Amino acid sequence: MSHAAFVHSLWTMSADPPKKIPAPHIEYAQLSPTLIVLGAAVLGILVEAFLPRRLRHPVQLLLSAVGLVAGFAAVIALAAGGYGTGKAHIAAMGAVAVDGPALFLQGTILLVSLIAVFTFAERRLDPAAHGKRVDSFAAQGSAVPGGAAEQAAVKAGFTTTEVFPVALFAVAGMLVFPAANDLLTLFIALEVFSLPLYVLCGLARRQRLLSQESAVKYFLLGAFSSAFLLFGVALLYGYAGTVTYAGIADVVNGTVRTVDPALASTTGNDALLLIGGALVLMGLLFKVGAVPFHMWTPDVYQGAPTPVTGFMAAATKVAAFGALLRLLYVVLPGLRWDWRPVMWGVAIVTMLVGAIVAVTQTDVKRLLAYSSIAHAGFILAGVIAVSPDGVSSVLFYLAAYSFVTLGAFAVVTLVRDAGGEATHLSKWAGLGRRSPLVAAVFAVFLLAFAGIPLTSGFTGKFAVFKAAAQGGATPLVIVGVLSSAIAAFFYIRVIVLMFFSEPKADGPTVAVPSALTSTAIAVGVAVTLVLGVAPQYFLDLAGQAGVFVR
Amino acid sequence: MENLIGLLVAAPLLGAGLLLCGGPRLDRAGHWIGTLLAAVSFALGAVLFADLLGRGREDRTLTSHLFSWVPVGGFRADVGFQLDQLSMTFVLLITGVGTLIHLYSVGYMEHDERRRRFFGYLNLFLAAMLLLVLADNYLLLYVGWEGVGLASYLLIGFWQHKPSAATAAKKAFLVNRVGDMGLSIAIMLMFTTFGTFAFGPVLAHATDAGEGRLTAIGLMLLLAACGKSAQVPLQSWLGDAMEGPTPVSALIHAATMVTAGVYLITRSGAIFNAAPDAQTAVVTVGAVTLLFGAIVGCAKDDIKKALAGSTMSQIGYMILAAGLGPVGYVFAIMHLVTHGFFKAGLFLGAGSVMHGMNDEVDMRRYGGLRTYMPVTFVTFGLGYLAIIGFPGLSGFFSKDKIIEAAFAKGGTEGWILGGAALLGAAITAYYMTRVMVLTFFGEKRWQPDAEGNAPHPHESPRTMTIPMVVLAFGSVFAGGLFSINDTFLKWLEPVTGHAEGNSPVSALTVTIGTMVVLVLGVALAWAQYGRRPVPVTAPRGNLLTRAARRDLLQDDFNHVVLVRGGEHLTRSLVYADHTLVDGVVNGTAASVGGLSGRMRRLQNGYARSYAVSMFGGAAVLIAATLLMRAV
Repeated sequence: MSHAAFVHSLWTMSADPPKKIPAPHIEYAQLSPTLIVLGAAVLGILVEAFLPRRLRHPVQLLLSAVGLVAGFAAVIALAAGGYGTGKAHIAAMGAVAVDGPALFLQGTILLVSLIAVFTFAERRLDPAAHGKRVDSFAAQGSAVPGGAAEQAAVKAGFTTTEVFPVALFAVAGMLVFPAANDLLTLFIALEVFSLPLYVLCGLARRQRLLSQESAVKYFLLGAFSSAFLLFGVALLYGYAGTVTYAGIADVVNGTVRTVDPALASTTGNDALLLIGGALVLMGLLFKVGAVPFHMWTPDVYQGAPTPVTGFMAAATKVAAFGALLRLLYVVLPGLRWDWRPVMWGVAIVTMLVGAIVAVTQTDVKRLLAYSSIAHAGFILAGVIAVSPDGVSSVLFYLAAYSFVTLGAFAVVTLVRDAGGEATHLSKWAGLGRRSPLVAAVFAVFLLAFAGIPLTSGFTGKFAVFKAAAQGGATPLVIVGVLSSAIAAFFYIRVIVLMFFSEPKADGPTVAVPSALTSTAIAVGVAVTLVLGVAPQYFLDLAGQAGVFVR
Repeated sequence: MENLIGLLVAAPLLGAGLLLCGGPRLDRAGHWIGTLLAAVSFALGAVLFADLLGRGREDRTLTSHLFSWVPVGGFRADVGFQLDQLSMTFVLLITGVGTLIHLYSVGYMEHDERRRRFFGYLNLFLAAMLLLVLADNYLLLYVGWEGVGLASYLLIGFWQHKPSAATAAKKAFLVNRVGDMGLSIAIMLMFTTFGTFAFGPVLAHATDAGEGRLTAIGLMLLLAACGKSAQVPLQSWLGDAMEGPTPVSALIHAATMVTAGVYLITRSGAIFNAAPDAQTAVVTVGAVTLLFGAIVGCAKDDIKKALAGSTMSQIGYMILAAGLGPVGYVFAIMHLVTHGFFKAGLFLGAGSVMHGMNDEVDMRRYGGLRTYMPVTFVTFGLGYLAIIGFPGLSGFFSKDKIIEAAFAKGGTEGWILGGAALLGAAITAYYMTRVMVLTFFGEKRWQPDAEGNAPHPHESPRTMTIPMVVLAFGSVFAGGLFSINDTFLKWLEPVTGHAEGNSPVSALTVTIGTMVVLVLGVALAWAQYGRRPVPVTAPRGNLLTRAARRDLLQDDFNHVVLVRGGEHLTRSLVYADHTLVDGVVNGTAASVGGLSGRMRRLQNGYARSYAVSMFGGAAVLIAATLLMRAV
């Protein structure tokens, strides 16, 4: 080809009438829960920029609460409009699903986040610094711990009110995560909620070094796992020539007609599918804290400010399990015989490791971290059931578990000594004698964790194990029950410690919280008991919400 | 009419609720409320009785279904009542004697601070006992059965400040538990055999079940009866139960509750009729106990314990009769009713004597009381004549029939049982004469007690003597009334069935034999106690006497076999628990803890180690997934 001809060809290419990029069709109303929360987050940033310091705390609290409540109202409206059942479909050009599980999980996340925001806003627990009430967050996140800047910030009574919009961004990501219907949306949602969480983890007012360490660890390991996930996404794209769940599922099931010629050599290559699927699964298992991807959990749970830990332990788990369910039920059901045995192994190891290692923990936050690992194993047992019952039992378990967790961490914020929260278990000895109410409430949460009847923990665990047994996973259920027995030991041990030991002379005091934390704890107890005593309505609700749209 | 049955139980239950929960404001009127409600119950019973009499012989069963108690799948337990001739007989006995004893207690418990509570317990007992005999199924019967056990426990230990009373209550409760286990096992067996525990279907289909099954059920029912009715080998609690206030001994431990075993066996007649081996066990228990109780009764100096031995022995007669099958059921119940009259009367008499003698119970310190307590003497005397079977009085008719029926069993067995019953009659005459003579005849032997208060024997108040007089009437006339024209037989036959025995000896011979042994017994006792002065401290006595004083070594036997054996068993179990069970449990716990400690070390705090773990995990995950495809 001559030079002139080449130039000509360039010319003619550019002269071709440009292909029309179709304007994306976005169903704004159906995405409204996420959009409302994102809007509130953006407004929150503006508040930080333009409002005077003293107004920021109440305004941010109000804004967050209104945003989350409005988001929840939007979820209810969508559910009432039939989007959870008959009108369930894929919105936003195939990127986001609006269906029963998505709405149920979004509703749960929004409620849990609302309660969590209350604990974020609590300002009565720490003694006032220089006459100003402070919350659990660092005076100034950027100040070096122990440095002059920090002292100045404390003296000035600064508080990091940015946590509210940051948390709202995380919530928005979590709302998209279980609804994501293609792998890229999944990845973006993951990052949208992960990055704010890394920041939140590093913002503790007390023990800032521990907090910052946890944030860095969480960030490093999170980035590591994101890389795996992203690589898995790439492999799956290579396998299927598409990133949409339905498209991949079609290739897996062999019902696809047209193949992109550019990918003809890799399409349908099962090695890519299996490796890519395993890597994406790994990314999600990291977020739910399943063994062996759990190592970050205890360190981060311990270091993060306790309200953040509660929020993270509850809401992240809901979102991540939602995404896991959708991936396994929509994309990979055709591979059931490949991933089920592997997930069996993960579930068994997760239950056992979580329960066993928790036995020797001496810090209440680490104890709850290992407990959350064991619970991730229990939930995985329900995930593996591969049946509508399995889905609905997991949905119910997540709703039940998240309120218990949030309540338990909220109680942890109350027990304090001179160094802030007294999280070492030895300091909790005899708490039941000094503060019977607080100890009793914590005991309720522990019993719910242990799965004792008349608490939501029992109902959830029963539903999950029942679904697993019906799905043919009886050995898994046996391991689950054995792990529950081990787990019961350390839950009950804390109760024994609180009620049957002599209080120590220099024991912690129980701070009297404001209405915010009290509300959070009361809601936790109420949900725990209601879901334990009269769970049928909610079981039915989860049952109706148990079908994924494709 | 059916609705009245529920009220029959509800009236005393209401009384129990009021008196036990009412608090001190009911202290002044409590005893009268209790008595009134017992009387209401009796009146309702009388109305129902009149109604039953107005019906045809085969149409005298009323049923009343109250509510479904435990409906779970195929399991169904109802609260329902069944009133037939058998329950009616018990209802009249329980409420009639019960009301009289309530009245008596008004006087007897006059000076007790906790009188209101006492009447509450008595009402509770009445309600439970009525529930027991009115239930239309075994499970509800069990509720009543446990209810009377509870009331008995509470009343034996009513004077709980006395360690002996507290211990006696505990002993009664524990021994009864053994029997109660029998009943609960019997009920479970019934459910697995028949799929129900309602009387109707169980008894109608009894013959459909295998004989082995029926024998097992029968033996378990017998165990239950032994516990409640103080039959060998579960007899040991009755003597100690006399620690309770005397009205309690009269009502619960003589007239009504202890006869529940006889009711149970008679009610379950269809089962026993089809299980001859179980019947043999029943008659054996009956015959052994009637001699056992009688021998114990001969040696006791405590008037109530002597009477307790006698109760045991008389219930032995009833159990014996019930074990004879259709030949004996009617007479078992007839003796039960007449015994209810005269034994209650005797206990009330004993209570009256104690009331006048500063609560002294040792008969060797009585003597010559007939002039001081004429009413007590006469009523007690009539009861005495009735129990030894003096011709024309109640005991004569009922006991004679049982002895006849025992002979009618036939063969060697018949001779043994008949001989035992006859021997028992002789011993009865002996020990009752002894009680009578020691108490009312001979020298005055009472002495000042430790604080120097000499007793001033006196007749008891009206509230106490009136019930004694009424019961004496029953002791005298009930037997005749029942036997003339076979009234009682005709009344009860539709429920229990009846068969004429085939006695090798004629009825007249039996009666004459009974009279002879009666005279022998009385004469011997008179010779020993009436004609010679009675020492205030008991002589050492021969080996049998000493053994009988110790209740024929029942407690020693229980101690050696059960207590020691039990201690050994528990000690070895504790040892096994410590070494084996705890070893396994603690070993598991320790290994979990050790594992935990080791695995914990993996969590070393270095992000790099965590990343390696994730990397390894991912590798394993991929490898496993690929492996799954390969296999």
